[in-house]
Amino acid sequence: MEYRETPRHALAASPRRTPLPAWLPALALTVVAFPAGAEMRFNFPEPATPMARETLHMHNEFMLIITALFVVVFAIMVYSMVKHRKSQGVEPAKFTGPTGKLQWFWVLVPFAMLLFIDFILMGIPAFHAVIEMEDTQTKADMVLKVTGMQWKWQYEYPDSGIKYISTLATPRDQIDNKAAKGEHYLLEVDNPLVLPVGKKVRVLITSTDVIHTWWVPQFGAKRDAIPGFLRETWVKIDQPGIYRGQCAELCGKDHGFMPVVVQAVTEPEYAAWVEKKKAEQAAAANSADRAWSKEELMAKGKQVYATICAACHQPNGQGLPPAFPALAGSKVVNTPLLSMDGKLVPDTHVYRVMNGKPGTAMQAFKTTLSDVDLAAVITFERNSFGNAQGDMIQPAQIKALR
Amino acid sequence: MNTAITHNGQQDHAGDHGYQPSGFLRWLTTTNHKDIGTMYMTFSLVMFFLGGLMILLVRAELFQPGLQFFKPEFFNQLIGNHALIMIFGALMPAATGFANWQIPLMIGAPDMALPRLNNWGFWLLPPAAMMLTLPFVLELFGVGDGALATGWTFYAPLSVQGGIGVDFAIFAVHILGISSIMGSINIIVTIFNMRAPGMTMMKLPLFVWGWLITAFLLVITLPVLAGAVTMLLTDRHFGTHFFNAAGGGDPILFQHLFWFFGHPEVYILLLPVWGLMPHVLSTFSRKPTYGYKAQVYSFIAIGVLSLVVWAHHFFTAGLPVPALLYFMYSTMSISLPLAVLFFCWIATMWRGAMTFETPMLFAVGFIVLFGIAGLTGLVLADVAADAQYHHSYFVVAHFHYALFTGGIMGVMTGVYYWLPKWTGHMYNEKLGKLHFWLTALSFNLTFMPQFFLGLAGMPRRIPDYALQFAEFNALSTIGAFILGFSQLLFAWNIWRCIHGGEKVPAKVWEGAEGLEWQLSSPPPHHSWETQPTVH
Repeated sequence: MEYRETPRHALAASPRRTPLPAWLPALALTVVAFPAGAEMRFNFPEPATPMARETLHMHNEFMLIITALFVVVFAIMVYSMVKHRKSQGVEPAKFTGPTGKLQWFWVLVPFAMLLFIDFILMGIPAFHAVIEMEDTQTKADMVLKVTGMQWKWQYEYPDSGIKYISTLATPRDQIDNKAAKGEHYLLEVDNPLVLPVGKKVRVLITSTDVIHTWWVPQFGAKRDAIPGFLRETWVKIDQPGIYRGQCAELCGKDHGFMPVVVQAVTEPEYAAWVEKKKAEQAAAANSADRAWSKEELMAKGKQVYATICAACHQPNGQGLPPAFPALAGSKVVNTPLLSMDGKLVPDTHVYRVMNGKPGTAMQAFKTTLSDVDLAAVITFERNSFGNAQGDMIQPAQIKALR
Repeated sequence: MNTAITHNGQQDHAGDHGYQPSGFLRWLTTTNHKDIGTMYMTFSLVMFFLGGLMILLVRAELFQPGLQFFKPEFFNQLIGNHALIMIFGALMPAATGFANWQIPLMIGAPDMALPRLNNWGFWLLPPAAMMLTLPFVLELFGVGDGALATGWTFYAPLSVQGGIGVDFAIFAVHILGISSIMGSINIIVTIFNMRAPGMTMMKLPLFVWGWLITAFLLVITLPVLAGAVTMLLTDRHFGTHFFNAAGGGDPILFQHLFWFFGHPEVYILLLPVWGLMPHVLSTFSRKPTYGYKAQVYSFIAIGVLSLVVWAHHFFTAGLPVPALLYFMYSTMSISLPLAVLFFCWIATMWRGAMTFETPMLFAVGFIVLFGIAGLTGLVLADVAADAQYHHSYFVVAHFHYALFTGGIMGVMTGVYYWLPKWTGHMYNEKLGKLHFWLTALSFNLTFMPQFFLGLAGMPRRIPDYALQFAEFNALSTIGAFILGFSQLLFAWNIWRCIHGGEKVPAKVWEGAEGLEWQLSSPPPHHSWETQPTVH
């Protein structure tokens, strides 16, 4: 499948509405400061949904209104500052308030105008926009569930049972300035969210740990992910393409490193993608039933560890104590796998990985990882970083423990 | 510290008090409103530089994409503590310092009503500041994982997850809150009971009115903050579940409680400055204040409205539609009393005979730049557009236009305006003007680009960013460093003014009106020994 990149430089807001230059005052400054060609944008990115178009239109209109207010009010003030100076030899007036009907009229006119601007000129479009934004259910074509977790997103399609995790794909070396930064530095993921164009998608949002915020600027959609509660928003993407955004609520150390990338595709392409993804998941589920060799588990575990665990426990297993404990030599990791009769024992390694530790960043991975991933990563941790338990756990055992 | 700005015991009251400690003990035990005011202002200046240093580290990290100097964990500690130190350490004590110095002078009182409470209120601040910053030091010795890293808003559950820095910050907020409540009670009692004969409430100087509303807001809202952080503390250590959904709690409850304090807090920081503005404008326009009553009623209206608009700080948290609409329209309606103030400020200047000494420059700069904050606040109130602005650098720019120009530049206006009265010396006018122009221009260079960063989609509180944000961030960092280092001029000018300079008469400014200008510069130890009569 080929996807067209949406032009990030495009300034045209939408076919029917022209963006208004609300940024004029700063233009002179920035033009002087930087040669032409530097990539700077002064307004919202090009809208890709009806809601984003609405928001941009409203924003442009409001910026024009407040710029006009600013100019008018301060033109009067500047006029006064030029004309009414002591050095001009003026005798200061003595008035302390409006006197006479005419003056009262001129005093009240600005407030009548402000009332009109607040509650009519801005208030009415704002009212309609809120109603539109919050109407997530009318004529919704499909549902998507987004779960924020430190520091990745999980996407779930309840209709087709597809569920996967999406994490930052930018290599560590680029962040540490050891390698040249790619074009989509920090805005690229391993598994993007795939959505069909032209369909109203009702997006349900929640979190497993702290508050995150799911935000794609070109969609005009931003909603907090609250642990234990469902929040919702909606998107209806106009054009195929790749749309990028980020988590917008401070959620701990890697808040800046959990991007949202959406791949919008045509409906047939979407259907094909769903089939492919379903087949992959079925294969993965089946593979949980077969016996895995330790080498297989170790190889798979290393991969899972790098994408899921290394952010906190660090690639070398040393962690960042005290917030993120080391796995090397860890008491928890070096507990027996299961009880003698094959049951889960609280506060053991398997228990901790599956159920997490409340009140910390350690989440219950049984809700997000597959049986194979869990078995692999547990086996890997027990036999790496100097831990030498020598044992292993089978995906089938994990399946039975759920 | 030079005696010129404080108390010269021998001169006017030798023998009145018996024991007169000197040196540090004198400052520790003083109950004189001017001494305490000076301590508040000094503390505020120190905290201003500490908070500034923190944010310069942040801006240095953000100069270019990639992680340059710090780990994200440390970056997160810097941003939250910058905010707490600037708000609770720099701005609120500066306003209280003004109140201490000026309210007795302006209402014709010998001192504040509750002088010992006043002393205690101040001396709670240094321990609180130490509480806040101690975890930074402890981490160096391997204890804990640093200071508060949740941003200044303490949002649960992130703050439930956090390390000992959160506990230290909670206790620091408790102490700061107690200090502010005591200061506020003192101010309310002083204003109600210590006014000179003939000074009715509607003859009260506007600065005093502004502070009166501020004090009431503090007394109303700070206990709610204290309650919220205490609930957080028990969630962290004693197994309660106020903010934990799994235990029947709600993380959004914390946001409601926090912002019930947090929004009035904005006006707590701004009202003293709004009260100060008419004095400065009228002095340098040589013309009486325009619309005194209108301004008083606007202060009251803003104070009341500020208590009922808090949820606009979390529109994206998913509130029900009626709540969204209510908070949108109520927020917009704040623009009306605010517009009254702008109208009165400009009308005060209109047809005056203006000169532009440093305080007037800062006042005019305040009006223009604070105008940008007010106007962008109006668009932020709009729920649908806010979905784009929220959590982005647009908001960061907006509230720095409000709190740096509205707060800090307002404080600077007051310092230049009243410093000659306090020290008896004129500050260096050339340095003052240079300080103004450097501050105003570099402030815009720092924060104007942040509006565009926010519009383009850069979230706040991130230690590293995508390449498309690089140019504006570089500009902003350059601006921030100029802004930061220009403030050294301010400190130097104050230092020089305390230690000497041209002597000033009682009425420092040609156009100044009010009781404080009838007292000598610096004023006598017990400001008004015989209360003046106001006609």
